[in-house]
Amino acid sequence: MLTRGTVVIDVEACKGCDLCIDACPPRVLEMTVHEVNGRGYRYPRLLPGCTGCKACSQICPDFVFQVYKYDDPVEILA
Amino acid sequence: MTDVPVRFVPTDKAPTRAARMVDDFTPALIEVGEHHLCPGCGEPIAMRSVLEVIAELDVVQRSIAVFGIGCYTAFSNNLDLEVCQALHGRAPSVATGIKRAKPNTVVVTVQGDGDMVNEGLQEVLHTAARGESVTCIMLNNGVFGETGGHLTATTVLGQRTKNTLDGRDAEQHGYPILISNLIAQLEGAAYVARGAVNTAGNVSRTKRMITRAFETQLERRGFSFVEILTMCPTGWFIETEEAPAYLDDNLAAVHVGGVLKDW
Repeated sequence: MLTRGTVVIDVEACKGCDLCIDACPPRVLEMTVHEVNGRGYRYPRLLPGCTGCKACSQICPDFVFQVYKYDDPVEILA
Repeated sequence: MTDVPVRFVPTDKAPTRAARMVDDFTPALIEVGEHHLCPGCGEPIAMRSVLEVIAELDVVQRSIAVFGIGCYTAFSNNLDLEVCQALHGRAPSVATGIKRAKPNTVVVTVQGDGDMVNEGLQEVLHTAARGESVTCIMLNNGVFGETGGHLTATTVLGQRTKNTLDGRDAEQHGYPILISNLIAQLEGAAYVARGAVNTAGNVSRTKRMITRAFETQLERRGFSFVEILTMCPTGWFIETEEAPAYLDDNLAAVHVGGVLKDW
């Protein structure tokens, strides 16, 4: 899967609101089902295919995402 | 049937591959990202946009924000920005005073729908009518979020709130005030727009509206106003992931988005 960017996720800051999941244009964020953070909230995890578009960081109410764009796109096995 | 393991990308630290950071956790002007607002709240999203615009226009050193009373007031003591706390609903009048005393400052007010339309409607109308060169931002979620989620003057017909459990009924509770439409009729208002933060596209459109509002003030064209529809899943009695669609189907169907007035 061609991947142009990535995110760092501050899992402990997340309140599990799900807004990033639908906001992500390539739909590469997926909420945990059973795993929760220290405060008991589910949190998002990243699949290959991120474009570094900032949609997740711009819509996140809890400032959970730090977004990077790779200088050169990489292939990551899905 | 066997489950195929899903291969997740590690996201616990910055990438080692050559990359540039395009967005940090918190915008530069918010000192501590952690806040006590509910999951799925739209107000921090709107705050981020406003603060990013102030930083991008390079007016941080001469900006003064005036806060009303509401959940968003949590940010008033957490910003790397001069902040003045107004009484409930009075932010546009405080902003007028600051702007007239120090004309070179960039003055922005942050209020909610309860603060602006219920508590201090006349303040914003007179400020707009006088054409004061200030920018007012109103976060509209149709409920008094901080004091329990009861209806405000912008609550749309049919909307459930803590004291309209069967939905707002025109006969009993009256009709909502469409504040942007009201302000747009005033000659002193130079820029009036209504955005929303329920989708990434709307966040980006709203940010352009906020930028234009600040440009209106910097060019001294008159009063500038941006209403931002925000989610309040707690006050709307819905799940956080349903809030963006609820906003579109209810609030945005009445408080219709777009630029209402531009110089």
